[in-house]
Amino acid sequence: MEKKLLLGNEAVARGLYEAGVKVVSAYPGTPSTEITESVVQYPEIFSEWAPNEKVAFEVAFGACTGGVRSFCAMKHVGLNVAADPLYTASYIGVNAGMVCAVADDPGMHSSQNEQDSRNHAIASKVPMLEPCDSAECKSYAKLAFDISEEFDTPVLLRLSTRISHSRSAVEIGEREERPDKEYVRDVMKNIMMPAQARVAHEKVEKRTEALREYAEVSGINSIEYNDKKIGIIAAGSAYAYAREALGESASYLKLGMVNPLPIKLIKEFAENVEKLYVIEELDDIIETHCRKHGVDVTGKEIFSRMGEFSQRTVREALLGEVLPTLSVEDSIPPRPPVLCAGCPHRGLFYALKKNNLFVSGDIGCYTLGAQAPLSMIDTVVCMGASVSGLHGFNTARGKEQAKKAVAVIGDSTFIHSGITGLIDLVYNKGMSTVIVLDNSITGMTGHQNNPANGLTISGDPTTAVDLEALARAIGINRVVVVDPYKVDETREAVEAELAAEEPSLVIARRPCALLKNVKHKPALEVKKDKCVGCRACLNVGCPALSQVNDEATGRTKAVIDPDQCLGCGVCTYACKFDAISEVGGDE
Amino acid sequence: MNKNILIVGVGGQGTLLASKIMGKCFLDQGYDVKVGEVHGMSQRGGSVVTYVRYGDKVWSPVIEKGEADIIISFEQLESARWLPYLKPGGVIISNTQKIDPMPVIMGKAEYPDDVLGKISALGVQVEAVPADELAVQAGSLKAANVVLLGAAAHHTGIEEKLWIEAVKTTVPPKTVEVNLRAFELGYNCNK
Repeated sequence: MEKKLLLGNEAVARGLYEAGVKVVSAYPGTPSTEITESVVQYPEIFSEWAPNEKVAFEVAFGACTGGVRSFCAMKHVGLNVAADPLYTASYIGVNAGMVCAVADDPGMHSSQNEQDSRNHAIASKVPMLEPCDSAECKSYAKLAFDISEEFDTPVLLRLSTRISHSRSAVEIGEREERPDKEYVRDVMKNIMMPAQARVAHEKVEKRTEALREYAEVSGINSIEYNDKKIGIIAAGSAYAYAREALGESASYLKLGMVNPLPIKLIKEFAENVEKLYVIEELDDIIETHCRKHGVDVTGKEIFSRMGEFSQRTVREALLGEVLPTLSVEDSIPPRPPVLCAGCPHRGLFYALKKNNLFVSGDIGCYTLGAQAPLSMIDTVVCMGASVSGLHGFNTARGKEQAKKAVAVIGDSTFIHSGITGLIDLVYNKGMSTVIVLDNSITGMTGHQNNPANGLTISGDPTTAVDLEALARAIGINRVVVVDPYKVDETREAVEAELAAEEPSLVIARRPCALLKNVKHKPALEVKKDKCVGCRACLNVGCPALSQVNDEATGRTKAVIDPDQCLGCGVCTYACKFDAISEVGGDE
Repeated sequence: MNKNILIVGVGGQGTLLASKIMGKCFLDQGYDVKVGEVHGMSQRGGSVVTYVRYGDKVWSPVIEKGEADIIISFEQLESARWLPYLKPGGVIISNTQKIDPMPVIMGKAEYPDDVLGKISALGVQVEAVPADELAVQAGSLKAANVVLLGAAAHHTGIEEKLWIEAVKTTVPPKTVEVNLRAFELGYNCNK
């Protein structure tokens, strides 16, 4: 059989293909995005980017009700958005199988919190599988559909950054086409009103017990006895770290299903090892389960509830081993992520900076506007919260404050959940100014099309949301479009909208500089004779700009890296000495 | 015995392609392989790291402090930042390029001088590679990643022709020629 090195996410996509899945819907979110991007290569599967995770879940659930195997994917915080349909889909169950992948981000490589999705599985009473490498990503994705159909439930597939974004060998199999299931109207099953839901809840409780029995005997949770002095209970990446650190000097109960958890299997394992440890990233879910059933374990006394683990974490906690390391004595300056050279968000933030506004921020590349030297974001909570949060802030602080505060939100985030906040603001007579940073793409997750850019997931032209018309339709009279590269015009437009005592929508429109079809101007250069070394241009925070010592004059001068500069010209607004212009020009 | 290769650099430098080629090459030789990547926010000009691990059986996708046999660094400062991950006796293949991080651009911090010299002084085997210049010579600055891969290939015990095969089958078809030239230049630069 052919073996390929696949990302965990690509392996999940392969599993969907082989399992005969026909419908996939998702909203991009690191570290889950590549599952859906990878599904696009399979023409047998209809795939789409949805406006948000709730929609994606409901589309997949509708498709499974319609009789085909279906799937949705999201990051951990996305499942909060999709929690509403999840909890009731649990009561209804499925027609054809349905699986939802949720990717956690311990260590927060690219997230605003590190919540543990297993809590959602427990609370929604839905089974959850957790693979430990790419091969299991594929096999568990397929197994999840069988479980879904056998037990009449949606199934959660829990991933994490290291599982989603690590490549390992996967055996490539064939697709198994499955006949579509018939749809039959079933009021008791498919309509959740109180009378039906009371019956359904009873079914769910019985299902959990049946699933627990499955967890005991099916083999998805398995014991490997080696040296019995140390026994380890772990799942997913934590299992991989433990296995790496301890090898055959410990015995393992590897959990492939993390909800519901087995009881008999854990007790059997506990009786056969001398000292039992639970190794789990984030919350103490397995550990608490063990204690609840009278099994004595060591867990969070020695392992953190925070951050990511590794083989080192296990080695240090259990064996007390620390490897020798080398380091240079110099302090090493940090290298935080920055807005790219030519990023259209830079011009917008630089325009806002001139008036030192309160900025209600949101989730996306532009969150980097919070970083020095721009430092122009006051708050960031979750997708869409910039708009509703600004309305609350301004309501609390009054009309004069509303003239000094804006919300910034990307095009995709605005579609995701900014629109509802904007309706709230208009409906309830707010007067806030909201700025949509429309860069024609979902940027931070690596360039996904979205409902506002007129392209489907596979790049086919489609109807685009008309943001201006949308704003007018919900009752905003003041809608203006600006080019964020034109810093002064942008600043003036924002000032005019802040002065107006009614709600405004400013659309700062300029495509992401990294998009392949975007044409750039020639690189700019600093004219040494005009530069006085004032460093004002460095305040735009462009990675193409830095300073050097000019040997001729002995003074510090700004310099532009021509390989990075895209000629956006935002830095020219910072220079009072007219020292920045096109290469060779202005002589 | 597992081997660990750490690839470090600045977001956007092409570390992911280098790790993909390596992973393919080791898999083709029959090794168990894990390649750990990080996507998302850190891509935007931040310090980035990719882990390549191969051997009889690899469990963890990450490399920890004191575990790397080889560090391939796309930028000098990153060589120093990730040095604690090197195993004693390991080797660092470092691009000679310097990219100022934002705190240095802002004048809030200083870029340390003679970084590679200081690492050498600790007794570490450092191979400096002018990867950007060699990449331009090969036909594209973007091929600096494959130049560095070429320089590192010496230390893996895998024949050159097998590496060339992995480069050919992994890089985008239009870039095969440039990348093969880049690999050669890297492979031969410290011979």
